[in-house]
Amino acid sequence: MCGIVGLFLKDKTLEPQLGSLLTKMLVTMTDRGPDSAGIAIYSNDSMDKSKIVVQSDTPETDFDGLDSALGQVIGAPVSMKTTSTHAVLSVPHGAIENARAAISQVNPALRIMSRGDTLEIYKEVGLPKDVAARFEIEQMSGSHGIGHTRMATESAVTTMGAHPFNTGDDQCLVHNGSLSNHASLRRKLRREGIHIETENDTEVGAAYLTWQMQNGATLGEALESSLDDLDGFFTFVVGTKDGFGVVRDPIACKPAVMAETDQYVAFGSEYRALVDLPGIEDARVWEPEPATVYFWSHADQPTKEKAA
Amino acid sequence: MQTLDMADIELREMNETLHAQAENTNQTSWEIVNPKGAHAIACGLDAPIEVTVKGSTGYYCGGMNKQATINIEGSAGPGVAENMMSGTIVIDGDASQYAGATGHGGLLVIKGNASSRCGISMKGIDIVVHGNIGHMSAFMAQTGNLVVCGDAGDALGDSLYEARLFVRGSVKSLGADCIEKEMRPEHLAILADLLERAGADAKPEEFKRYGSARELYTFKIDNAY
Repeated sequence: MCGIVGLFLKDKTLEPQLGSLLTKMLVTMTDRGPDSAGIAIYSNDSMDKSKIVVQSDTPETDFDGLDSALGQVIGAPVSMKTTSTHAVLSVPHGAIENARAAISQVNPALRIMSRGDTLEIYKEVGLPKDVAARFEIEQMSGSHGIGHTRMATESAVTTMGAHPFNTGDDQCLVHNGSLSNHASLRRKLRREGIHIETENDTEVGAAYLTWQMQNGATLGEALESSLDDLDGFFTFVVGTKDGFGVVRDPIACKPAVMAETDQYVAFGSEYRALVDLPGIEDARVWEPEPATVYFWSHADQPTKEKAA
Repeated sequence: MQTLDMADIELREMNETLHAQAENTNQTSWEIVNPKGAHAIACGLDAPIEVTVKGSTGYYCGGMNKQATINIEGSAGPGVAENMMSGTIVIDGDASQYAGATGHGGLLVIKGNASSRCGISMKGIDIVVHGNIGHMSAFMAQTGNLVVCGDAGDALGDSLYEARLFVRGSVKSLGADCIEKEMRPEHLAILADLLERAGADAKPEEFKRYGSARELYTFKIDNAY
């Protein structure tokens, strides 16, 4: 099953409430999947820095002195903020690739949750309310975010199997559904040199988008080609630095509801997830069409690209 | 008018209250407030009562309905009126996927649009949609009438049996074994009656009728066991 939510704010005055609005939406979706939960928050708090979020099962020891150790290896200042099992490492803009490679050198046990200029992903095994409380998501502000609560079908219930999956810098993906050709696609992508960590089907979907974009596709083009190359059921919500996108497979049996007002664009697996948003009574509410890529961006005008 | 506020009572208590209404109840008019997209609102009713839901509903609203009239003053989530036996359900807004699925009887009216799989495997229910319907609607529909005042999506009526499909607008594509059929006077009479009962101001003459060509293997006696 799984539950997905997404919130893209047009009205800057709502930004301090992003974490609390998104948490409420995700908690409402708890009975669509109790296995693990995750939230991706996009916030512009450090313009000249990039962020890598890492996770550890033993944060007390692993995070102790991690910032200075990493700083020594990459030869640049690193600052760190830890919350529960996650640490946000801020590195100078441009040092992110070095830092990412250096993390596995400093401590191979650390797991990378996300990387990018504005993106932070927090995810763990457990219920949305517990995961959100653990990382104090309700206090977070930001311009947009997506969340996921998982009912596992294709792979184990672990932190690495939780959504959102980070694809490229500042990009992430959440998925409701199941991909049936993930094993063959994983082999193909690995031959192409794409790093895939787990046996999870969604990670293959995320890796597929990364691979497409490495080969020159835009995110919109990558999503459109996913309609041809991914076999199975999916409603995807993708987060980017500037906005978010939605695409459903042509059969579209995985539910999706969207709402738009002057203040925001919201996505929920069910209408229930949207009922506490401000002004929902007067929002335009609709179901996204099958096999159609939707995008909202802070950078451009909103677009709706009809897939072939 | 009895009011049930879902901000105050649990879903189960609300449905049990409605289930407790007997054939000859004096409390024939009910209002449900604060539905907030909850699942299974007013499911399994079996009394000649009228229930008005003030807002949008989640999965399976009005499922298995017998006798009752249910008005939804909002949009309905997936599976509204699933397996309805009799009575009437009227939705002011849109309906999500598989509205009226497997319905045996009664009338389902959707004043907005219906999503995919509207009337899938319908078994006698009448469905009138004022707007458009999505893909794979009336898949394996067995009997009953599906009336669409707007357009129909891909694969309309795939593998259908004896259900009648009436569409006023365009049909994106017909499913396997579904064909356009001639509109005879008895069909115009059925349509006129349904349009009137559904409060739709379309004219029967504007519609085309679609039905089964009866060419699939299921119709060949040699394939019987």
